[in-house]
Amino acid sequence: MRSEAGKGLTLISPTLVYALLLLAAPLVSIVLLSFWTQNFLTIERVFTTGNYAEALTDPLYRELMLRSLRISGMVTLLTVALAFPVAYYISFHVRPDRKSLWLFLITIPFWTSYLIRVFLWRVILAYDGPVNSGLMAVGLIDEPLSWILYNANAVVITLAHAFAPFAILPIFVSLEKIDRSLLEASRDLGESKAMTFLRVTLPLAMPGVLAAVLIVFIPTVGDYVTPRLVGGSGGTMIANMIYAQIFDLNDRPMGATLAVLAMMIVAMVLLWGISRLRFWLWLADRAGGGVKGMAVALAAALAEIVALRALFVLGPALLVAGAGVIVLLALATAGSILIFLRLPKGRWGI
Amino acid sequence: MSQTNGPTLAKGQPIITLEGVQKYYGDYHALRGISAEIRAGEFFSLLGPSGCGKTTLLRAIAGFEDISGGVIRLDGRDMEGVPPNRRPTNMVFQSYAIFPHMSVAENVGFGLRRSSMSSDEKRRAVAEALEMVGLGKFGARAAHALSGGQRQRVALARALILKPKVLLLDEPLSALDKKMREVMQVELIKLQREVGITFILVTHDQEEALVMSDRIAVMFEGEIAQLDDPETLYRRPNSRRVAEFIGMMNFLPARVLPTGPGGGRIALEVAGLGPAEIEAAQCPNGANVGEAEIGVRPESLTVLYEGQGAEGGREAEGTVKEVVYYGDMTYYDILLDGAPAPVRVSMRNMPGRRVLDYGARARLAWDPRAMVLFC
Amino acid sequence: MKLTPLTVFAGLYLLVLYAPIALLPLFAFNDGTVIAFPLQGFTLQWFAALLDTPALHEATLNSLIIAVSTSVFATILGLFAARAATRYNFPAKGGIVGFIMLPLVLPEVIVAISLLIVLMQLGLDSGTWSIIAGHTLICTPFAIAILQGSFSNMDRSLEEAAVDLGETPWSTFRLITLPLVTPGIIASLLICFTISLDEFIIAFFLSGNEPTLPVYLWGQLRFPARLPVVMALGTILVILSVLLLVLAETFRRRGLKRAGLKDTGGFL
Repeated sequence: MRSEAGKGLTLISPTLVYALLLLAAPLVSIVLLSFWTQNFLTIERVFTTGNYAEALTDPLYRELMLRSLRISGMVTLLTVALAFPVAYYISFHVRPDRKSLWLFLITIPFWTSYLIRVFLWRVILAYDGPVNSGLMAVGLIDEPLSWILYNANAVVITLAHAFAPFAILPIFVSLEKIDRSLLEASRDLGESKAMTFLRVTLPLAMPGVLAAVLIVFIPTVGDYVTPRLVGGSGGTMIANMIYAQIFDLNDRPMGATLAVLAMMIVAMVLLWGISRLRFWLWLADRAGGGVKGMAVALAAALAEIVALRALFVLGPALLVAGAGVIVLLALATAGSILIFLRLPKGRWGI
Repeated sequence: MSQTNGPTLAKGQPIITLEGVQKYYGDYHALRGISAEIRAGEFFSLLGPSGCGKTTLLRAIAGFEDISGGVIRLDGRDMEGVPPNRRPTNMVFQSYAIFPHMSVAENVGFGLRRSSMSSDEKRRAVAEALEMVGLGKFGARAAHALSGGQRQRVALARALILKPKVLLLDEPLSALDKKMREVMQVELIKLQREVGITFILVTHDQEEALVMSDRIAVMFEGEIAQLDDPETLYRRPNSRRVAEFIGMMNFLPARVLPTGPGGGRIALEVAGLGPAEIEAAQCPNGANVGEAEIGVRPESLTVLYEGQGAEGGREAEGTVKEVVYYGDMTYYDILLDGAPAPVRVSMRNMPGRRVLDYGARARLAWDPRAMVLFC
Repeated sequence: MKLTPLTVFAGLYLLVLYAPIALLPLFAFNDGTVIAFPLQGFTLQWFAALLDTPALHEATLNSLIIAVSTSVFATILGLFAARAATRYNFPAKGGIVGFIMLPLVLPEVIVAISLLIVLMQLGLDSGTWSIIAGHTLICTPFAIAILQGSFSNMDRSLEEAAVDLGETPWSTFRLITLPLVTPGIIASLLICFTISLDEFIIAFFLSGNEPTLPVYLWGQLRFPARLPVVMALGTILVILSVLLLVLAETFRRRGLKRAGLKDTGGFL
């Protein structure tokens, strides 16, 4: 009789081999390609970091990258903030036998043609679309709003709508896992409904919120369709540039470089965000918890964000441009890894 | 199907022989050399706390666990490398494992698929098996619409229809409520007597084991601590651990006194009770002179009421430290003069018998024949 | 039901969630070439126009071939992985399963361009088969998620009971395991079919000159005159997707019921 481990590995091997061939190998090859250059139609297989230097210094690329992060960040914030009450409602206020119907209703729009859904937002937000005509009809505005289509705002609205179910499901799952007697215990021990929510429900739902953040933030950074359809020139994102490099400008290595950079930057940003969250929560506890702890943690958070922002604005100018960015990113990442290694997972599951 | 319904062994012959059975899970030593003989036709129980290896042993006999050492012989045949589907054993699973997508009759007849019976014979066999467990009219029911007790019966019928040499039961009653459990205990005993098949029951419930079994193997940490019939196990546990696990027992420090040659008796001085003599047969290897410990069951101690005297004057005195009233019984914790901790005494409540109060003085009668020396 | 602020919010949320889809049929049946309010009147001409657009038919056929193949391949790969993940322990299990599930969170653009670049470097023509390969990659995690649910809902002693009653491992799989996970398999096929039918980015990067339905749609979006037809097509697609989903959900629930379990939530 073969060992259990052997059987398990044999059984999973077809799927694993498939993923290695069609995911790992291609990912490795775009990393390779990003270190080569293209001369018209031929690829020059000479190792160079030139693509990265260019991608990191060219203001256009940097603007697109930062804009993609900004848009995704706003989408994530909006999606999660709006999704939480709905997930809470389904978990706590919907009859148990109706819950799966609600979840089903919420997932249906997600499964219907993405392309058409995005395009419909163009219709909705259009100059003569239902939003503008509606608002004019009730007299709230005199002329159509121009800031809601063909810019970053439109991209944020559309993406937030498209990723709504992604945010609701993980939050719902973590809320469902909360033992209801914990909430009763809190009320029994004298806490109000609101404080019970803040002291018991919210902390226990944090893993779900975090999962929602990841599941919305990562794919939206690389979205192509939405910026193309509703973003105009002010809403273009990094994926559009990657596409243009490969198909229009015929610079595949640059396209590969931008793709690799986008993945790395997203990973670093998430690493930074989650590690700092752990650190700030730890700091709040160390400072005595409660309002005082919150204040200390908030101050530390603000200070770091302001400092990082300043460094990113001034830094590249002070140091050699490309290298400066890399040094900054490396420092921030090293700090994150250090926090993960030294600080244990806190009470909030982060 | 492998079940060869050859001549069943005469009752009492060993049907399963375990010789130094070992099982490792990585570094964890789950079975540490189990040796035992299980006799044809007996109701045998593996009793122990969770994690003692009893289920592992049962699953090893069924063929679901490969053993790391030793031999399992079933009806004289070494079971090494024989898969579960080729062993003449059948199992009643803890969760019952009733196939949810099949009817009751399909479940019961599942194992007959490979038999050479005609479909008519199969139908009859299923009907008989269902009748046997009292589910005669349930054949067409969907399996998932059954109650716990009914599922249990279906699982029994399904396993017994193949007329296995040994029926293995993995905590079969643990999912039932108390009332149902008691009903099923009696039914299982009857059923076992009826079919005459060897039953091996795994349980952590000592009462269940005592009620149902012909013999019980008490297991701790992958080893058999004692293998005996229920009465011996209860009256003469061979270690404090077994005694603690089965029923309730009081432990008192004692001193083994030196005795003359060929006495046939062991002389003791027991804290709180005084001098006592017990049969030397309790310690086949002899008892070491010096500090020891004796055990005595609560029902072997008797509270003496005013005017009553103990036979042979074996009396002790103490103070009532706790009174627990159970309706039919009262438990007293009595701190005997000279004993380090209270002993528990159980007394049947009878008309005219007064319940002692907390703090009262009490006299106890005791009998050295009910005393166990852990040597 | 009490009308608390939370109820109102949840209601509005659903309303906004469905608002865009609700617009589809309005414009699909609207007798006007401009996609804007006010509506002009009822017509079926846009649906009729769908019938005599050969390019559309080709794209549809292409999409169907891709979606069917993808759902079969992804479900088979998902079966292997889900079975291994729920039944066995093996070294680096978390890492292996996590890696296979990676396409779930990876931006599709990354998957698409990495596949495209490999094809280009190998000098291969992209086309239907490469879209199938890409779609299988992104659908497999969904198949695994669904099938893992089916496998882990199944009491492991059911299989042991069958072996104990004389069945071989293979006949046990056929008689017990397969029937109990069949609803999961069907749900997985339907979900993968829906995802593949709908998927745009990978198809867009890899389709070459054989467009799929979404790629064809994308092309049409540039021509304002074609938009009402797109709306009609969209209406059909949405109805089709919803039907498939309802079917998948029905099978998933039937599977739960068959396994004698209570419903605990949606697919994901």
